[in-house]
Amino acid sequence: MAAWFRRKTDGSEGKPSRVHIAEGLWIKCDSCKEIVYRAEVERAGRVCPKCLYPFRVSARERVALLADPGTFEERDTNLETTDPLGFRDTKKYRDRVRAAVEKTKTDEAVVTGVARIGGVPAVLCVFEFGFLGGSMGSVVGEKLTRAIELAIDKHLPVVIVSASGGARMQEGILSLMQMAKTAAALERLGERRLPYVSVLTDPTTGGVTASFAMLGDIILAEPRALIGFAGPRVIAETIRQPLPEGFQRSEFLLEHGQIDFIVDRRELKETLRRILAFFAGEPPRSG
Amino acid sequence: MPDALDFEEPLLELENRIAALQAEDDSPRVREEIAKLEERLHRQRQKTYASLTAWQRTQLARHPKRPHTRDFLRLLFEDFVELHGDRLYGDDAAIVGGLARFEGQGIVVIGHQKGRDTREKIARNFGMPHPEGYRKALRLMQLAEKFGKPILALIDTPGAYPGIGAEERGQAEAIARNLRAMAALRTPIVAIVTGEGGSGGALAIGMGNRVLMLEYAIYSVISPEGCAAILWGDAAKAPEAAAAMRITAPDLLRLGVIDAIVPEPLGGAHRDWDASAAAVRAALRDQLADLTPKSSEALVAERYEKFRRLGAFEETAVERGGA
Repeated sequence: MAAWFRRKTDGSEGKPSRVHIAEGLWIKCDSCKEIVYRAEVERAGRVCPKCLYPFRVSARERVALLADPGTFEERDTNLETTDPLGFRDTKKYRDRVRAAVEKTKTDEAVVTGVARIGGVPAVLCVFEFGFLGGSMGSVVGEKLTRAIELAIDKHLPVVIVSASGGARMQEGILSLMQMAKTAAALERLGERRLPYVSVLTDPTTGGVTASFAMLGDIILAEPRALIGFAGPRVIAETIRQPLPEGFQRSEFLLEHGQIDFIVDRRELKETLRRILAFFAGEPPRSG
Repeated sequence: MPDALDFEEPLLELENRIAALQAEDDSPRVREEIAKLEERLHRQRQKTYASLTAWQRTQLARHPKRPHTRDFLRLLFEDFVELHGDRLYGDDAAIVGGLARFEGQGIVVIGHQKGRDTREKIARNFGMPHPEGYRKALRLMQLAEKFGKPILALIDTPGAYPGIGAEERGQAEAIARNLRAMAALRTPIVAIVTGEGGSGGALAIGMGNRVLMLEYAIYSVISPEGCAAILWGDAAKAPEAAAAMRITAPDLLRLGVIDAIVPEPLGGAHRDWDASAAAVRAALRDQLADLTPKSSEALVAERYEKFRRLGAFEETAVERGGA
């Protein structure tokens, strides 16, 4: 399902998809192609100082951006796929997973836990796009479902930051079923009147968009993120027409009524805090 | 044998030989020869169909003469009133739905509809719904819930349509909303994959208390061609991808994703629509008899548990990674 983007990165799964920030003092912005000073980008939360393009960040970096220092308690890092299909394409699925763990230093394509966001406690789930394109297999679906159940249990709101190509092909139909599983868990969360804020980042497509990512009580997106059901390449091949300018970007979704608003990464934490505080019935904080 | 598939070539050859003999002058020798060949054909067909590959099943699931949703509607129900539109944007001909009567009892039926001839295929977008199709399906499912009727969903789609309008109108949201809503519907839901279960576009009407598949139907996270293009870099490797992804009815039964397989006539559903419909009828009757007496609370709870436990992972002693 909509793992079209992997074609672009095929064979380069070991590398960050857009910029090689670690390589030197200067980096080239993937959007405006300007050469920008690395420290300045880091200070701005990995946003290009020239064109405000938000670079892709790891789950670890995202957690650091959102959780109050020292408050993130990670959960369920001991789940491992059993490779139910014994899947092998040009490589063994088990080897792909092993390489992804090695590369990202993350157990799977989503990191889940409990944190405080501007003082407000919440269940926080963040996708690691570097882990097999953030794809959702059994472990991702299970971790998200457990996180939502934890929120129900502890009476907490849920924030999920998505960055994913969709369902993981290597686990076949079981990956598809994670869409049903997570959506059903969110239905239960909603019945308990617990809020869920979905944050869509570049890229969010396929079975992830078509399940929990589009089910937020509030749906936010980072600027210029690719968000859609089908990937642009699949659509272009199907309709045999060029796609309109800005198609499937955050701004396009906002215009078509699909999301609540677009948030600059530097304001994301404070925005989440205000939303969570609203639902928690807490008074607004000044400044 | 019209519409023979490539793997049926040896069968076709036997059929042609029988036809040639039948054209000859009638004699005891010819009659004996025909009987011998027919016996051989039957055995050969049984042998072929006892060991179909995933790709051969895919070909059968997509067979142009396979019975579609509207054929089953005609063959299974005494009365069918088709309802149209999502009340928001339009009516999607790729999903049909309405009020039906099954052995005397009211039931709401929805299903993907592929076209038969070129004109109908285009009108029905080859069974690939837009968001309004999923929203129509949800409207009808909620209608069923409101009036205490069970729901039957017949699944047969290559997938949700990947197009500009579909994205503009929220294809992903429409599918996601159906999944969440189906999790809470307080009425029995039976889903049957009759042909192609194409990814999220299939699942969007497929969260049943019971999920069944016809014997040669397929159900997959992505089409074999799509998977092959991405992972093998070559869509022509679709047969390999079909095998690797485990998309057949016996595979899905083993993985716990479906509850039962509905048998097809020898040679596939397209060879005998009445026999196919009879098998679906028997399966639906069994499932409804089992589900109808249950309370709405039990139906919702059981459906949740059914999907909650799907997945294949193990808990290891070692915590890995860690942010």
